[in-house]
Amino acid sequence: MRGQTAPKDVSSSSNPSLLLSLNPATLRRDFPILERLVHGKPLVYLDNGATSQKPRAVINAISGFFENGCANIHRGVHLLSGEATQAYDRARATICQAMGAARPDELVFVRGTTEAINLVSRSWGDLHVRAGDEILLTEMEHHANIVPWQFLARRAGATIRVLPITPEGALDLDKLPSLLTDKTRLFAFTHVSNVLGTVNPATELCRIARERGITTLVDGAQAVPHGPVNVGEIGCDFYVFSGHKMFGPDGIGVLYGRGKLLSSLPPWQGGGDMVERVSFEESTFRPPPDRYEAGTPNISGAIGLGSAFDYHALLNWPELREHEHALAAAAHEALLSIPGVKIQGTVPGKAPVVSFTMDGIHPHDIGTILDSEGVAIRAGNHCAQPLMARLGIQSSARASFACYNTLEEVETLAKAVRKAHRYFG
Amino acid sequence: MDDHLEQLYQDIILDHSKRPRHERELNPCTGRAEGYNPICGDKVTVFVREEDGKIAEATFVGEGCAISRASASIMTTLLAGLTPEQAHAKAHEIYDMLTKAEEPVVDLVEAGEIAALAGVRKFPARIKCATLAWHALEDALHGPDQVA
Repeated sequence: MRGQTAPKDVSSSSNPSLLLSLNPATLRRDFPILERLVHGKPLVYLDNGATSQKPRAVINAISGFFENGCANIHRGVHLLSGEATQAYDRARATICQAMGAARPDELVFVRGTTEAINLVSRSWGDLHVRAGDEILLTEMEHHANIVPWQFLARRAGATIRVLPITPEGALDLDKLPSLLTDKTRLFAFTHVSNVLGTVNPATELCRIARERGITTLVDGAQAVPHGPVNVGEIGCDFYVFSGHKMFGPDGIGVLYGRGKLLSSLPPWQGGGDMVERVSFEESTFRPPPDRYEAGTPNISGAIGLGSAFDYHALLNWPELREHEHALAAAAHEALLSIPGVKIQGTVPGKAPVVSFTMDGIHPHDIGTILDSEGVAIRAGNHCAQPLMARLGIQSSARASFACYNTLEEVETLAKAVRKAHRYFG
Repeated sequence: MDDHLEQLYQDIILDHSKRPRHERELNPCTGRAEGYNPICGDKVTVFVREEDGKIAEATFVGEGCAISRASASIMTTLLAGLTPEQAHAKAHEIYDMLTKAEEPVVDLVEAGEIAALAGVRKFPARIKCATLAWHALEDALHGPDQVA
């Protein structure tokens, strides 16, 4: 009975062959796209900070859902709907366990990091932030962790304050105490910088904020791709991330909200599935997470994200983290040996994100030359214009690595950058 | 160097990007507009001075990649003596050359250095770099302090 086996097929990536995927060399085989040629050359994909590639297990989980298990959730008495609901709930449970949340209902499925922050700025922000209050951000935030707070500040009459960075690209923690005042309602900061690669001391920052009764939101978009994150250990109030940067599909992400806090907030979008009773006069709302998931959610996306977490769980992260650090170190060394190259972000222990500029060569031109060698990087302001302004540059080239990248690819990168130097130098 | 890349960064473009013509502010001017590409942060400000219904002079300042600087530089060499209508028509020739589905037939003698930009067609991500200054020019022809 094929139909009865569907839930296993669509939601689980327990493919025995994946158990071999424990080291960087064999890991690549799980990502079909890494076989691709670009301009006749092997793809060297170093734009993982923008989005990661997807392992076969995730691709299969999503296509499996559509081929064998597609139905809407929570609303059908038929078999397929029941299976889809189970698969959707199981994805949430998987993520809960992987992230050390207390209960699955602390996790809301959203479109991604941006939507999660917008949700918090509406639901939590409109309830708790008043005229004269302050919201503390950091100089290294990307636009998604700036603009929603500006909207909130404008609605509430609140003020945004900014924790600066040091020349190396770390948060200037000496300045933190004076910026956390009795008016501060929220401290929102990135876990890992998408430009500098800096890994911020999230646990310590949340502790300092908590001692002052300040709510915390940690933007984990660039942290979750590099190994397990435990929200319980971090002690944040909100943690947000996107699926597509951590081997999952796009259009799905997660808002973690500490249980009591999340259940105390009003809904932000109205519609089906988030309500208990509806009349034309009024409606009552279900508890989280349903309260924040109005309408048909991204079911295939949630199942795909669950399978990305299953895949992550098979990986040997201590070894892969070491490998990622080696990639970053090798990239720093190779790039700095090329005349005119400057690297932004040199904090020890950084994530494998290497942003650089070259004297006399615009990042766009670097990107085009690298592309001709099959090397995919990002060139631009990385959705972090205030940080670019702080660094005194308009844009940069960024090579961002995932655990499936290799030291040979770092060499190809350096060779291509040398070509750009020869061409324009 | 690969053929396409060669074509993209041929000598004319490299020359104009490294030694841009008319890279300065123009004061007084009759028109001035800023072009801004929010994706990469590139900025170009184009200045024009019209006399007797014709463009007497055009200049630019800004920061950008080789393509956008070369395009701005070449543009400023082509405008003197054109009426605003002719300059708009020229801009639209460039947009067509870069974006029309069919491969353009570019007469190298007729088109002059601007033909060097035809290679950008092969690099869709870079077309906006090449058109940035031209859009700013079209706004500048509407008067002072326009922002594209």
